[in-house]
Amino acid sequence: MNRKLVYGLVLVVALAAPFVGYPVFLMKLLCFGLFACAFNLLIGYTGLLSFGHAAFFGGAGYVTGYALTALGLPFEVAIVLGVLASAALGLVMGLLAIRRQGIYFAMITLALAQMVYFAALRAPFTHGEDGLQGVPRGKLLGVLDLGNDLTLYFVVLAICTAGYALIVRTVHSPFGQVLKAIKENEARAMSLGYDVDRYKLVAFVLSAALAGLAGATKTVVLGFETLTDVHWTMSGLVILMTLVGGMGTLAGPVLGAFLIVALENQLGDLGNFLAETTHVEWFASLGESVGIVTGFIFVACVLLFRRGIVGEIAAALSRTGRRREAA
Amino acid sequence: MSQLLLGLVNGSFYAMLSLGLAVIFGLLNVINFSHGALYMMGAFAAYVGVTSFGLNYWTMLVLAPLIVGAFGILIERTMLRWLYRFDHLYGLLLTFGITLLLEGVFRSFFGVSGQTLDVPDALSGATDLGFMILPNYRAWVVLASSVVCLATWFTIEKTRLGAYLRAGTENPKLVEAFGVNVPLMVTLTYGFGVALAGFAGVLAAPVINVTPLMGSNLIIVVFAVVVIGGMGSILGSIVTGLALGVIEGLTRVFYPEASEVVVFVVMVVVLLLRPAGLFGQER
Repeated sequence: MNRKLVYGLVLVVALAAPFVGYPVFLMKLLCFGLFACAFNLLIGYTGLLSFGHAAFFGGAGYVTGYALTALGLPFEVAIVLGVLASAALGLVMGLLAIRRQGIYFAMITLALAQMVYFAALRAPFTHGEDGLQGVPRGKLLGVLDLGNDLTLYFVVLAICTAGYALIVRTVHSPFGQVLKAIKENEARAMSLGYDVDRYKLVAFVLSAALAGLAGATKTVVLGFETLTDVHWTMSGLVILMTLVGGMGTLAGPVLGAFLIVALENQLGDLGNFLAETTHVEWFASLGESVGIVTGFIFVACVLLFRRGIVGEIAAALSRTGRRREAA
Repeated sequence: MSQLLLGLVNGSFYAMLSLGLAVIFGLLNVINFSHGALYMMGAFAAYVGVTSFGLNYWTMLVLAPLIVGAFGILIERTMLRWLYRFDHLYGLLLTFGITLLLEGVFRSFFGVSGQTLDVPDALSGATDLGFMILPNYRAWVVLASSVVCLATWFTIEKTRLGAYLRAGTENPKLVEAFGVNVPLMVTLTYGFGVALAGFAGVLAAPVINVTPLMGSNLIIVVFAVVVIGGMGSILGSIVTGLALGVIEGLTRVFYPEASEVVVFVVMVVVLLLRPAGLFGQER
C-alpha cells in the first residue's frame, strides 16, 4: 500500500515535471537514469563490475544517430537498430569477458570498450572528433511530431518507464533470483546445477541492450552523438551514479543519475556561488574541474557510504524497524 | 628497425607498469587503477624538478619515484587500508576515483597541452650501429627498465625479503603469526609498486608528451597486458609487457591503422585460446 503511494507520487511528479522544468534536461535525466539502472542489473544483482558500459551507451547512440541522419529511417526503427546493435555488442563482449572472473572481468570489459572507442574514433560514419551532429527527431509511427519537446518528453518517459519496469520484473523473476545467487556465491550456484556462465551472459546482454536503449534515446533527445559517450570516463560515470544512489537497490541508480547529471550541469553556478560567499577564488574554476569533483565523490562514497543514498536509508529504516520490534 | 626499438621502449613501460600492478595485486588483491595517474605524476615531478627547481635529470630519476612512492604510501595508509575487508572491487573503484582526482588536479595546474622534458646531455645524440641509427636515450630507457625489472624479479624470487613477500601473497595470516609485520609489508609493497610507475614516468618524460591524461591512456593498454599475461608470475608480466610493445611496434610498420588496438586484439585471441592468461592461474 505504501509502495503504491510512492509509485503514484513519482508518476504525478514525472507527468507534471515538463511543465515546470526544462524538458530536454529532464529527458537527459531520464536517459541517464535508465542507463544507471541497466548497469546496476549487473553490479547490483549479478555481482559483475563492467567497466565498459560506455561502449553500449555510445555504440547504440551512434547506430541510432546514423540510422536517423544518413539512412533517414523512422524514429522507432532507429531506436530498435541501436538496441539490437548494443545487444549484439554485449553478446560478443560478454562471451569474452565471462571467461574470467572478478577483477579480470572489469579489466577485460574496459579493454574491449576501448576498442569500441577507437572504432568510433576511426570509422568513417562516426565522423571522428566531430561526432554526429544535427540528428533529426522524426515522427513517432509517422504521425506524432517529436520535434515538439513536450511530445518527445512523454515518449521518452514511456520508453524509460518500460525499461525500468523490465528491470524490476527481471530482478523479481526466478531468473533474477538465480542472478542474486550467483552474486552471493558463484560456486554454490554452480553446484546447485545452474549454468552460471549462461545466466551471466543473458544478464550481460540484457544490461547492454537496456544501456543501448538509454543511449539511443539520449541521442534523439540531444540531437548529437560524440566520442564522450563511448569514452571510458562515461563507463566510470555510470559506476559513480550507481554507487552514489545505491548498488543493488532499484531506485538508487535513478536517484544517483539525477544527482550526478544535475551536479555536472550546475557545477559552474555552484562554483561561482561558493566563490562569492566564501571569497575563495579557486571555487570559481569549479565548472572546469568536473573530474576533481567526480573523483572526490567517488573516493568519499567508496570510503564512507558504500551502500549509497537509497541503501543507507533502507538500512536505517530496517534498523529502526528492528529496534521497534525489540521494544 | 626504429619502429621495433620504439616498440621495445613502449614495451619497457608496459613491463614496468604491469610488474607494479602484479606485485600490488599479489599482496593486496587490489587492482591499482591509479597506476597510470601515478606514472603521470612521476613524469610531472621530473618536469617540475628540472624546469622549476633546476635539478638535473639524474636527481629526478631517483627523487621522483621516491615522491610518488611516498604519495602511494599515503594513499594506502589513509584510504586503501580500510577497504581490504570488503569486496576487491572497491579497491578498484577507490583507485579509479583517485585517478580522476589526480588528473583533475594536474589539469587545473598544467592545462591539457603537453610539456616536454629535454633529453639529458649525456644521453642526447645517437649512435650509428652500421645497420641502424640508435638514439641513445631510447637505448637507455630499454636498458634502465630491464635492469629495474630484473632487479625486482631477483628480489622477489631469490631473497629473504622476497620470500616473506611471496609467503604473504600465499597466506598473510600465517605469515603474520610468524612475527612478520604484514601491514607494514603491504604498505611498503604498495609504495614500491607505485614507485615503479613513477620511475617509468620519469623515463618516459623526455620521449613522450607529458600531459595529465598520459597515464589513463596507457593504463587501459596495461590492463590488457595484465589480462594477457596473467598476474601469477613476475617474470611473465615483464616478458608479456616487452613482447606486446614489440608486437605493437611491428604492427605500426605493417598495418599502422591497427596499432592502437593490436594489444586488445591479442587479448581477445588469448581469452579465446587460453582463458587464464599465458602465465596465469585462476585465483
